[in-house]
Amino acid sequence: MSPLPEKLQFILDNIPLILSGIGTTLSLVSTALLLGLFIAIPCGIILARSKNPLLRWPVATYSYIFRGTPMLIQAYMLYYGISPIIGDINGIQDSILWSILRETWPWLLISLVLNTGAYTCEIVRGAIETTPNGEIEAAKALGMSPRLMMRRIIFPSALRRALSSYGNEIIFMLQGSSIVSVFTMMDITGVARKLYASTYDPYTHFGTAGLIYLAIVISIVLIFRKLENRISRHLKPRSA
Amino acid sequence: MSETASYLYGIVQAAPLTIAVALVSLLISIAIGLPVASARLSRFWFINQPAALYTTLFRGIPDLVLMFFLYYGGQELLNTFTELHQMDQIDVDPFWAGSIILGLVFGAYMAETFRGAILAIPHGQLEAAKAFGMTPLQRFTRITFPQMLRNALPGVGNNWLVLLKTTALVSLLNLHDMVQRADFAKSRMPHPFLFYFAVAAIFLLFTSISILVLNILKKRYNQGFEPRTSS
Repeated sequence: MSPLPEKLQFILDNIPLILSGIGTTLSLVSTALLLGLFIAIPCGIILARSKNPLLRWPVATYSYIFRGTPMLIQAYMLYYGISPIIGDINGIQDSILWSILRETWPWLLISLVLNTGAYTCEIVRGAIETTPNGEIEAAKALGMSPRLMMRRIIFPSALRRALSSYGNEIIFMLQGSSIVSVFTMMDITGVARKLYASTYDPYTHFGTAGLIYLAIVISIVLIFRKLENRISRHLKPRSA
Repeated sequence: MSETASYLYGIVQAAPLTIAVALVSLLISIAIGLPVASARLSRFWFINQPAALYTTLFRGIPDLVLMFFLYYGGQELLNTFTELHQMDQIDVDPFWAGSIILGLVFGAYMAETFRGAILAIPHGQLEAAKAFGMTPLQRFTRITFPQMLRNALPGVGNNWLVLLKTTALVSLLNLHDMVQRADFAKSRMPHPFLFYFAVAAIFLLFTSISILVLNILKKRYNQGFEPRTSS
């Protein structure tokens, strides 16, 4: 075994690589979360408020399938299963779209988006369904249209209730994103695996990766605690 | 049998292995979770602080990273040991390695679930038990434990569902489970979507059965605690 300073030197030499890994993880996860909201919010509203089975069924099935199977399998299905089928479509290889789709990351991004979309959909549904009846009655009594009521009453109130579960979802996404390293993407875990492969020193490299994730998780927890305090300020008991 | 069918059959055959990993990990995680939950609730800092450190580390770091750290790290440790004693190299069995590592990871989640379940028991009941002169052991077996079970059930059920899906990662430790068999078929067949789809379908079946069983259990343990209907 090598003495500590040598190991430290190796880490220091590879700081640019590690930083780029952090960048990959953060950009992948934040993009996936943002795009996931575009699926989750409409889906959550449909599940909570719509009575139309043609809308409810597809959404419920989507959410059930993506919450009931492992994210790793979803990524395998998209990357190894669907991407070659798309690649076989006539003429697609000449289109501009293919210059993106022939890369690995778009498929992993799509699988992260679909996954977080399904989980967040349930968070949105739950938050909307638990809107206190009185709030809705008051909005109706004021003569608000369903749209206006959604925008002014249900949505802001649901946001408050959804916030802490969404914080958890962000953490799960951050941790789940480590599977992209299986597809040789150089995220935090991917960099650790690469450095491990060149040194056979598991403690240093996976330990470093673990501490980096831990630091990000703790920051997210602290930020969300602050946000929650802020967003529900008016609901706090008044101090004397 | 066509080649595709034989690969699919191989995947189905490996399904019980996934269940086995999940069940062994579940037992380990509960065996770890219970004492750690009591340690978290201890008055002494040298007991509750290490427990808190364990649950924070194992819940804050992705399971995949922990898996690599513990698997490769454990192998390294074994190698050092065997070299020191001039023995042959012992290879870690992926089934047990995977189950133990998942058990350690989910032990942290279980500990937090049990801790919450214990804290949710109304304090008055424990005071009443004390007033009756029950010993601490009696208080635990008669008051705390049975009620903790009911409170913990939804959380444990949730952990089980997450655990079940996380077993897919053990394929990366070279366990010949469904995931790895699908991966093997991929390298030989032109359209691998079918194989991964089969794995996904089997996982979905497992989670669906689990949800049904959990709902039955929830009904059973909540007998006498359902909201009353006025009729």
